[in-house]
This record gives sequence, C-alpha cells and structure tokens, in this order.
Amino acid sequence: MRPRDNLAYAWQTLRSQPMRSALMMLAMAIGVGSVVVLTALGEGARRYVLDQFSSLGTHLLIVIPGRAETSGGTPGVLSGVTPRDLTLDDAAAVARSRQVARVAPLNVGAAQVSHGARGREAVILGSTAEFLHIRHMRLAAGRFLPPGDPAHAASVCVLGAKMRSELFGAAPVLGAWLRIGDRRFRVIGVLAPQGQQMGFNTDETVVIPVAAAQQLFDTPSLFRIMVEARGRDSVERAKIDIGEILKARHEGEEDVTVVTQDAILSTFDRILGALTLAVAGIAAISLSVAGILIMNVMLISVAQRRSEIGLLKAIGATPATIRRLFFTEAALLSLIGSLLGWLLGWLASLGITWLYPTLHATPPLWAVLAALGMALGMGIVFSLLPARRAARLDAALALARR
Amino acid sequence: MIRLEAVERIFHVGDEAVHALRGVDLHIEAGSYISIMGPSGSGKSTLLNVLGLLDRPSTGHYHLDGRDVTGLSDEETAAVRRDKVGFVFQFFHLIPRLTAAANIALPMTLAGIAPAQRQVRVAELLHDFGLEARADHRPAELSGGQLQRVAIARAVALNPSVVLADEPTGNLDRATGRDVLALLEELNRRGTTLVIVTHDQEIGARAQRRIVMEDGRIISDQSG
Repeated sequence: MRPRDNLAYAWQTLRSQPMRSALMMLAMAIGVGSVVVLTALGEGARRYVLDQFSSLGTHLLIVIPGRAETSGGTPGVLSGVTPRDLTLDDAAAVARSRQVARVAPLNVGAAQVSHGARGREAVILGSTAEFLHIRHMRLAAGRFLPPGDPAHAASVCVLGAKMRSELFGAAPVLGAWLRIGDRRFRVIGVLAPQGQQMGFNTDETVVIPVAAAQQLFDTPSLFRIMVEARGRDSVERAKIDIGEILKARHEGEEDVTVVTQDAILSTFDRILGALTLAVAGIAAISLSVAGILIMNVMLISVAQRRSEIGLLKAIGATPATIRRLFFTEAALLSLIGSLLGWLLGWLASLGITWLYPTLHATPPLWAVLAALGMALGMGIVFSLLPARRAARLDAALALARR
Repeated sequence: MIRLEAVERIFHVGDEAVHALRGVDLHIEAGSYISIMGPSGSGKSTLLNVLGLLDRPSTGHYHLDGRDVTGLSDEETAAVRRDKVGFVFQFFHLIPRLTAAANIALPMTLAGIAPAQRQVRVAELLHDFGLEARADHRPAELSGGQLQRVAIARAVALNPSVVLADEPTGNLDRATGRDVLALLEELNRRGTTLVIVTHDQEIGARAQRRIVMEDGRIISDQSG
C-alpha cells in the first residue's frame, strides 16, 4: 500500500468516528498541554528570579559581617552573632583593591518619615553616591547623594517614587525639608519608579548619606558593603582580595562573608531548574495515561472492526499492511492531539503572561520537544499491541460472523 | 488449476477436535464452474476458505496454478490471494465509510497500484457492472443488488483466476439474485474459474460440476 493511501485510509477511519477520535486527541492534548504550561510556569519563575538578580548587576559582591561555612546564606543576621562590625574604614580599604570598581557601604533601618501633617514608617537606606550605580537605579528628578567623604553626615535625602507621591502629592519636592526620626533632611532627588528589587521595594525607601544613617540609628557599624568588581572576570579575584584586606584589618580573623551574585544566581537557577523538571515529570505521567487510553480504544476498535480486517485480508492485505494501517491511525491521533496540546499550552502560557506580565511564562524549547516526542512515542508504542492483534486476526473466522 | 490432495482441517474447540474437512481430494480445471452444496456444518465454507487461502489445511497439500501454496508464509499467502483469488460474500463486506468507487478500488489500493491506473480500472468496472451513477455513493445508500455488484466488481478488480462466492445470493431477493448470478456466470464465460457455495438447489444445479459435501467429505461429484 502506498504511504499516501495508507494515510488517507487511516484519516477516513478517524473521521468516521469523530467523537471517539476527538476524545482521544483531547486526552493527548491535555497531556502535552499540561507539560507545556507547567514548564512554562517553571521557566517563567526561573527567569523572574534571575532577572531580579541581574537587575542588581552581575559584577556585584556583597560583604556580610560574620562567617559561615556555607556560602550563599546570610550569616550574622540569622545567627545573631557578629564577631566584629564592618565599618566605613573597612569600606574605604576595600575600595582600594585593584579588582574593585566601586564600593557602597550600606546601612538599613526603619524610621518615621514626615512632611507637615503627613508621615509614614519607611525603610531608610544609608549609603554613598556610588550606591546609585551599583544598584542600577535611575533618578526621576534632582541629584543623588553628593560624592565626597562618606563620614560627612550631610542632611540631604533622595526619595523613592512612592514616598514622594505619598508625602508630597503633586507639590514640588526638590529643596523641600522633611523629618526622618528626630532629624531634618532636605530633599535633593527622587528615584524613578522601579518596583520590587531583592525583597524590598525601592519605591518605598528613602536614601540618606551613610554617616547620617549611622547617627540616626546610633550605630558605628555597617549592615553590608556592596562592591562592584571591575568586570565579570575579576569577580572571583575581587572576592579573594576583599577577604584578605578585611582579614588583615580584623587582626587576622576571617570574620566576614563575601557573597557573589553568581553564587546566588546559580543556586536559584539550580533550584528552579529542578523544580521545572519535577513538574514536567508529573505532567508527563498524564501523557502516558493518554497513551494507555489510545491503546485501549485501539484494542476496542480492532475488536469492532474484525470483519473489516478480515475483508482486507481476503482481498490481499498482508499482515504488515494491516499493522501499518492501525499504526498510522494511532500515530495520526497522537500527532494531531499533541500539536493541539502544544497550541493549547502555548495559548495558556500567553494567557498567564497577559494576566501576570512580570512572569514571562514561555515554555522552554526542550520541554515542548520532549512533550511532542513523548506523545508521539506513546501513541506509537501503545499502538503496537493493537496493530499486532489486528494483523494476526483469523480472517476466515472474522468474516464468518456478521 | 486447483488441486487438493488429502486435505484435512481440524479445529480444536475446547478439548474436542472437530474435523471440518476429512481427506478431501479435489481437482478443478481452470475456467470451470462449480457449485458446492451440503447442509450447515458439512465443511463447504471451510473448503472455500482453504481454496481462497484464508484457511490452511491441517494436513495435505494444495496446489494452485502449479504451485504448492500449502506452506507459504502469511505475507506470501496474502500476495497469492491478491493476485489469484476474488471473494464474494453473502453479507457483501463493503467498507461503510468508503464510496462504491473506493470500495472497488480497495484491492488495487492495497496492492500499491498508482491512483491514475486505479481510476482507469475503476471506471471500466463501474461501466461493466452498471454502477456509473452510483460511483460516489456509500454502501448505506445502495440497494442489496447494487451492493453485491460493487462487491463483485471489487473481487475481479485485479483479474483473479478464481472467484469464490459464499452464498452470493443468500441475502438478496430472487430476481436480484438471478441478476447477480448472471454476472458471475458471465465472468466464468470469459474464463474465470467460478466456485459457488450455496444452499439453493436451483442455483447449485446451474453449475457444470456439482459437489455435495457432508460431514467434511465430498459425497457426490457430478459433471454435465
């Protein structure tokens, strides 16, 4: 039998039982569709997290007081034990390393911010002029903190976008005075809105000089030192350099932890990658269920079409031809079903992306190919048994019954 | 030319062995017209199936056109069936979702003959069997006589040397049955060997050679 005739015959058979065919295709489509959607979600989550980190710059190193055996965690904060504080002088020493492009000391605290009658609690970031570049922030108006001696506690501040609108509404803001805790600060700039970044919303923060923050929160120490390496290649060397500089300054004790962006990034990448894979695996089970369904229905079909198979044999169909006919039928079913599923999954991913624009739910190519391949494979493998049964049918017996 | 030598066919039903054919020797000259009669269970349908290679003898030998076809593989048997045998059944056995033309073309389609060539032959057959107006009708839209004519056209599509008909008029009224029989006899006149299995004495009597079976044996074999 010619391949085209084979295909036409199988197609006609499928069309003659539209309900049965549609249901089998639906089962296949749901299997493939769920693999596509679930992996799209996993991939979307992975990309979302990676983007969040990348927005902080990929050459970033963070110096955390305290020492932990495992890298990537946040020691000190968790254990509560901080052997030796980080200071502004430490930051200045780190800045002298040849691997380091920029350094921004960071202090974080919460304080009441008020302007006239309006006031609210806000996260106060204490840092230096370098902070803007290291965190890849943009200004909407005015200037950022002035460069100069970080120990100088100038009474100026830069507002997050939301702070500005909440405290000042539409009123002009540059040059205005506001109160943070028990001190007065002059507004010199406003940050462009940029939303969530690494856990806290920069739109709802106020940035002041690091020395002013130390006075405000009455502490000589720093929360973090943010360091930008000269390039991607120098991140590792910068990490070693910083470790040695601070060890020398802290009387030979390694009491800081340097976390690189890459380490955090690859950890999240691994976790979310594994999660996507696991979810895809679960979805794949529904695919194999669809395969078994196809086998069942094909077996029933063989039983129902005994006289047709007998006739085909009587008019000269070889066992191989009969096998190919049933095989083609199953392959067609799973091919159309899986393409439908792919379309379905793709549309659902688009829908998710439309509903949650921050989550770019795009199914990864490997998952699409694996789902399609597996669906086809399932259809084909599970059609082998029915096809063989049809080919072995006793034609004389099949024709004897009506 | 057909030659059966000491053909036995034994079915196993549970623990019991049923002898459907017992030591059948049969010689059929090319171009003859033979009827096989006998009561139900006499083995006449089994004999027809063995002749059409749908069934294999348990023991004995079958020569078709000078070739021993007893021990052929399934694939080879299918090829012999395709090239040499045409079947006509009581219940027509047409494929309901295919048109009359497609049903007639089916043996050629299975044999891998090119569509253009198929079309020529189908047109010829539709003309010969007076089915031109019905070419695009499906079996559900055809009368019994038309159905059997489509089935006969299908049986002779590949010019077989033998046509085997199992109760070809069994499902038709008398007048239509006579028309169908006339068609089969016309094929025989043009040289095709014709073997008809029937209950109907009147039809059986029309054949040149009349075989009666009982209990798996040929009990009567009359010619002329």
